[in-house]
Amino acid sequence: MSLKITKENAEKAEFRNYCRHWLSHHDAGTPLVKLPQSAIEIMHQEQLDYLRKWQGEAYAAGLIGCDYPIIEGGAGRKGCQAIANQEMARASKPFLPNILGLGMAAPTLHFHAQQALKERLLPRLFSCEDVWCQGFSEPGAGSDLANVQTFAERKGDKWIINGHKVWTSLAHFADWMILLARTDKSKKYDGLTYFVVPIKSTLGESVRVQPLIKITGETGFNEVFFDNLEISDDYRLDDVGKGWKVAQTTLLHERGAGPMVTPSSGRGNKKASAVGDAYALIDLAKDSMRDGQSAANDPLLRDQIMQMIIRQEGSKQGARRAKVEGLCEHPMRLPLQTKLVMSEIRQDNAAVALDILGAHSTLSINDENAPAGGEWPLAYMNSYGITIAAGASEIQRNILGERVLGMAKSK
Amino acid sequence: MTQAKNFAFGEDEKMLRDTARKFLQDHLPTDKLHQLVASDSDPYRDPPCHWDKNLWLQIVELGWSTVIVPEENGGSGMSLVALCALVEEAGRAALPSPFIATAIASLVLRECRTSPANELLQAIASGKTATLASTPKSASWLASDCDVCLVDGTLNGSAYFVQDARKVETLLVQCKTQSGLALYAVPTNSEGVEIIADGIIDLTRDQAHIHLNKVSVSDAQLLSEQACDVLEAAEPGILTLVSADICGAGEWQLQTTVEYMKVREQFDHPLGYFQALKHPLVNVMIMIDQAKSLTYNAACAVDSEPENAAKFARMAKALASEVAAYASNRSIQFHGGIGFTWECFVHLYSKRQKHNQVLYGDAKYQRAKLADLLMGSIA
Repeated sequence: MSLKITKENAEKAEFRNYCRHWLSHHDAGTPLVKLPQSAIEIMHQEQLDYLRKWQGEAYAAGLIGCDYPIIEGGAGRKGCQAIANQEMARASKPFLPNILGLGMAAPTLHFHAQQALKERLLPRLFSCEDVWCQGFSEPGAGSDLANVQTFAERKGDKWIINGHKVWTSLAHFADWMILLARTDKSKKYDGLTYFVVPIKSTLGESVRVQPLIKITGETGFNEVFFDNLEISDDYRLDDVGKGWKVAQTTLLHERGAGPMVTPSSGRGNKKASAVGDAYALIDLAKDSMRDGQSAANDPLLRDQIMQMIIRQEGSKQGARRAKVEGLCEHPMRLPLQTKLVMSEIRQDNAAVALDILGAHSTLSINDENAPAGGEWPLAYMNSYGITIAAGASEIQRNILGERVLGMAKSK
Repeated sequence: MTQAKNFAFGEDEKMLRDTARKFLQDHLPTDKLHQLVASDSDPYRDPPCHWDKNLWLQIVELGWSTVIVPEENGGSGMSLVALCALVEEAGRAALPSPFIATAIASLVLRECRTSPANELLQAIASGKTATLASTPKSASWLASDCDVCLVDGTLNGSAYFVQDARKVETLLVQCKTQSGLALYAVPTNSEGVEIIADGIIDLTRDQAHIHLNKVSVSDAQLLSEQACDVLEAAEPGILTLVSADICGAGEWQLQTTVEYMKVREQFDHPLGYFQALKHPLVNVMIMIDQAKSLTYNAACAVDSEPENAAKFARMAKALASEVAAYASNRSIQFHGGIGFTWECFVHLYSKRQKHNQVLYGDAKYQRAKLADLLMGSIA
């Protein structure tokens, strides 16, 4: 037992050294265009091309998908993705563009797809040769996700899909979509089936992608319309009527609570990484004059900054505690908090940054005098994406109150 | 030094904690606690000091006293995380006892590194009790501030906010001397020591101010001649222990209120169905979890990353103090009318939390001190 642990630790240490070495010798190059704050705001082909090249190189080096079996395109390691993530972030490497594939499609395929499908799709997903998007939400199915009405009708060994998906990040670049569709109108949860859908080949015909513009003015966000799209039954995951069960795997991983660690990287450079980070508020305050004095001398702002640093550190130490069973009251209590806590901290960090900036917080990214390039006001606006997406904060509180604390289900 | 793996919480620590939890559940269930400390509801009663001495002797038998003492002084030499886990259980049971005061005294004694201090630690390991008497009337938590002077070999002056003074045998008295600040061990029954009980809100502990009038002390009682350094070095551990008590009591408040949400029905639904009650309780849980994680982190830092201990302990006590206020507020409110009565147990915990919240500095104080550490003082 202890021998095994020692061997595992030695392998991990060796892997970390390998990552460090590779990252220090690898140059992702300078992007020709300005990059957005995260993958879900990628608007232009040039942005994607740059980031896709980086993800492909990181995959080829073994830093992405390393905990997946070799036959599925992984490296067959255990507990190593977290190490690669730490090292990529530490090296301030650019973010990974295929975020919906890595974070949601990959674990769902891994746990629910037929072997042949996994072997075909996962390596191309990890390398970013195929970009993935998520077809879950609809105009009438947001927080009440199980109400999706996009319909898949069976015709022999084919399915005919009709419907309308919204908030579909990266759909304008996507090759594949994970799709939650209704196959039985007489049942709610048991009337759903889960598919993976090739959307690029029929783009403009049976699949139409229309951009949605966010409050920031950025796109990267779409509506997708299906008009008699025909797909093979090979693209169904698990049984007909089991879509809600399969979707739980996707959602668990989307909220950072699943068993597979999502590959993630840094933000390209230290300055970009600072946006959204509570500790960066200290320097922001020192560099900011407001109401005629340094923001760093304002006791109320100092208090607000400390509140954010404490929450952020509490969340970081929570991730550390989640691994120590004896110090956790309930196995899902900390994992299910991850998305809620991180998204609200990110939003509140940005709100405090705007307080620090005072009158200068009026300046946007199109003003050359904007402090920190206007990234903080942009981060504040973008933060609503994460407090609303993947189950709004209010839904997360229902989930925690019901699944962890055991209170009655709310409607 | 490097960060401890798994918060240094292994099988031994878990067994100790689980045994403590079971022991307190069996011997001090909340109804029994209520009988013990809340028999008299008269708000104008003389300050009581209710505790079960037999229970304390059993706790000593269980070895809790040895956990608070380093191995070289006859203790078990377990990590501060292990001690935190015990304090958390004491908080969860709202245990009236000299345990936490004595644990805090031992953190101070560890820093003294003198033979009188080591002897006292040895005695604590076998069940002796002590408390720290260093706070001045101004309620300053700065180690440099105290209202007691050493004059001609006698202690004169007063110490305030002395915790569980009527339960302990020994006071650690800080005093000003001609050369600085010193710390003396003073038996509570010494000639010239007057312990005046404070009328406090918390029913699960006692607090006093202590007048010292020509209390003779000898070199054998001199614990340290660098009391300021000693108290500053002990402060992160002290803040961590109070935070652990808050986390334990907070968990009781959360679980008890959640249970009530499951059984009490209104408008044809159990109360937990209503998001106006469900969501704030989730917020309480999240705050408790953050406070717990920060507390274990601070405890580890005290043991293995001393350079970060002050920073992490201030974070823990800041968030724990917020938990003390918020969990108390919601637990009374969500019990409705019954929550406003003396017979409902929630007030016992909210009163303990009120005390914990301000002890050694509240959230605003901790954050101001943290800001000085991380940002530098206000220019």
